[in-house]
Amino acid sequence: MRAVMKLKQRTYAQQKALWGFLYVLPWLLGFLFFFLIPLFYSLQYSFSSIKADSKGMTIEFIGFANFIEALTVNTNFNRTLVESIVNMVVNVPLIVIFSLFLAVLLNQKFVGRAIARSIFFLPVILASGVIASLEATSLVQAINEQNASGGFFSAGTIGMANMMIRSGLNEDIVMYLMDAVERIYQIVSQSGVQILIFLAGIQTISPQLYEASKIEGATGYEAFWKITFPMVSPLILVNVIYTIIDSFSRNNMTDLIKETGFTTFNFGLSSAMAWIYFLAIMVILFISTYFVSKRVFYQD
Amino acid sequence: MILTRLLSLESWKRWLWTIIRLVLIAGLSFVILYPIIQKMTTAIKDKSDLYSPIVVFIPEHFTLDNFKQAIVMMDYWETLLNTFVLSGTTTILTAVSCALAGYAFARLTFKGSNLLFAGVILTILVPPTTILIPIYMNLKDFTLMGLIPLLTGKSVNLLNSYWPFLLTSLTASSLKAGLYIYIFRQFFRGIPKEVEEAAYIDGAGVGSTFLRIMLPNALPAIVTVLLFSFVWQWNDSFFTTTYLTSSKVMSTQLASLPYNLSILLEGGVTTNKDPFFMSMVQDTGILLAILPLVILYLFVQRYFVESIERTGIVG
Repeated sequence: MRAVMKLKQRTYAQQKALWGFLYVLPWLLGFLFFFLIPLFYSLQYSFSSIKADSKGMTIEFIGFANFIEALTVNTNFNRTLVESIVNMVVNVPLIVIFSLFLAVLLNQKFVGRAIARSIFFLPVILASGVIASLEATSLVQAINEQNASGGFFSAGTIGMANMMIRSGLNEDIVMYLMDAVERIYQIVSQSGVQILIFLAGIQTISPQLYEASKIEGATGYEAFWKITFPMVSPLILVNVIYTIIDSFSRNNMTDLIKETGFTTFNFGLSSAMAWIYFLAIMVILFISTYFVSKRVFYQD
Repeated sequence: MILTRLLSLESWKRWLWTIIRLVLIAGLSFVILYPIIQKMTTAIKDKSDLYSPIVVFIPEHFTLDNFKQAIVMMDYWETLLNTFVLSGTTTILTAVSCALAGYAFARLTFKGSNLLFAGVILTILVPPTTILIPIYMNLKDFTLMGLIPLLTGKSVNLLNSYWPFLLTSLTASSLKAGLYIYIFRQFFRGIPKEVEEAAYIDGAGVGSTFLRIMLPNALPAIVTVLLFSFVWQWNDSFFTTTYLTSSKVMSTQLASLPYNLSILLEGGVTTNKDPFFMSMVQDTGILLAILPLVILYLFVQRYFVESIERTGIVG
């Protein structure tokens, strides 16, 4: 009897594995044809000189020449790379903390909550892709902004900064916060998705947990750190990664790589640039994932 | 009694928090809405109002000319239809393929599935620019492992058609698809195993457990993925400008709007090119492009904004 049970169990597990493979199969095909093979080619291109004409392509291996050209000869590459990475490192913590804070805020009950939520998710729609890039060149907006920033606001922030420094706060932290205030539109418009992810995560936490903690006498502050924070911690990792990859679509590096590839048709150089960029990002990602994933808590 | 309650620290704290929250939310909402309000007022302004110092938000001379101009220039209705079909199809296909993959990675583990999931992470991490050129080449001479040349004699050029989008979304490797798989997997992992086990004990197979138990539980994830992939496909200029050069889709039309506008102004009725006027029509174009999304959003937001409590083990 026991032997039969065992046999059945194994076939059941096998059945599950088979289904699992079937479910993954579409993705696997896409992964092979639209990712792995192109990735391999891209690596090959980065080490070669490519001449494309009407007859086709000739690929010639030239070693690290493309990488050397990108790093030492090309005038824009180094500057753009450093710029986009610094931007990323500054923005990511700000965006993640800000969006978690707002998600908790938007999860509370208050008058007009539905409207507030709809407004905060609007940037998901508005601040992506072509619209954001066109917005940067809008002249009307530039004029209005100039009219609007009539001294008051900036004077206020500087006064605030002085006050904080005098009260003994570390100058670097103050500068960082001031920088955050100046970038508020950028941060708000880039954290729509993150707010949504956090909010969805918070809403899957069962209300019983909060009820029980309330009966035991926990304050809202404690409930946040002991319940909300651990429960959404997997999503903090998601959001850190998301914020980093989200910057791909809107930074100058992407434009530079694409321009090198499709307007000057220097495929080799373009691929080399893309690979350097990719490796730089990987380093950042590994460091941040290492630190965040230590604190992540899973259901199973 | 009432007085002590009024003066108690608790109620003061609560009031203070309410006020702070109100200020924060109102302020940030304004920051978000400001560009849109501004675009709307710009769109209904007459040209002369642009230079008038007394006009800030409410125009002095109301006009719909900007809209007419932008609609003609962008070929708005045809573009709208094209974009809608393209985004809708890719969204549904992407959601289906990603949900399947995400569920398999979360619960139907098999030998090597963790390794494959590392592959999913890799697709998220690698910037699309890195693999753009080889994919472009591949689509230009699409062979499907040498199958198509065998049948028809020559490779197919898939550029400038919707095929690249259909193929990538069907195989869960379209724009940011790795992210959707990740979202689905995280959600399915968060659903307690007991729910699933109960379904198996009641005699449901893998397919029906997934369809009838797990999918309804993952409704927030589904709505999220649907909305994201629709919106991003709608706004995407990275792939559309590469794959679709001549087809009329919203993002390409929007990207070429300044160019078309300057051509029209050079040879059209108004001979002097006014940068402010161009910017004005461009703003109107952006407004027109996001209008369908905003309308759609008004309908959809209820679903993901309303709290979706977890069913099953707690309910």
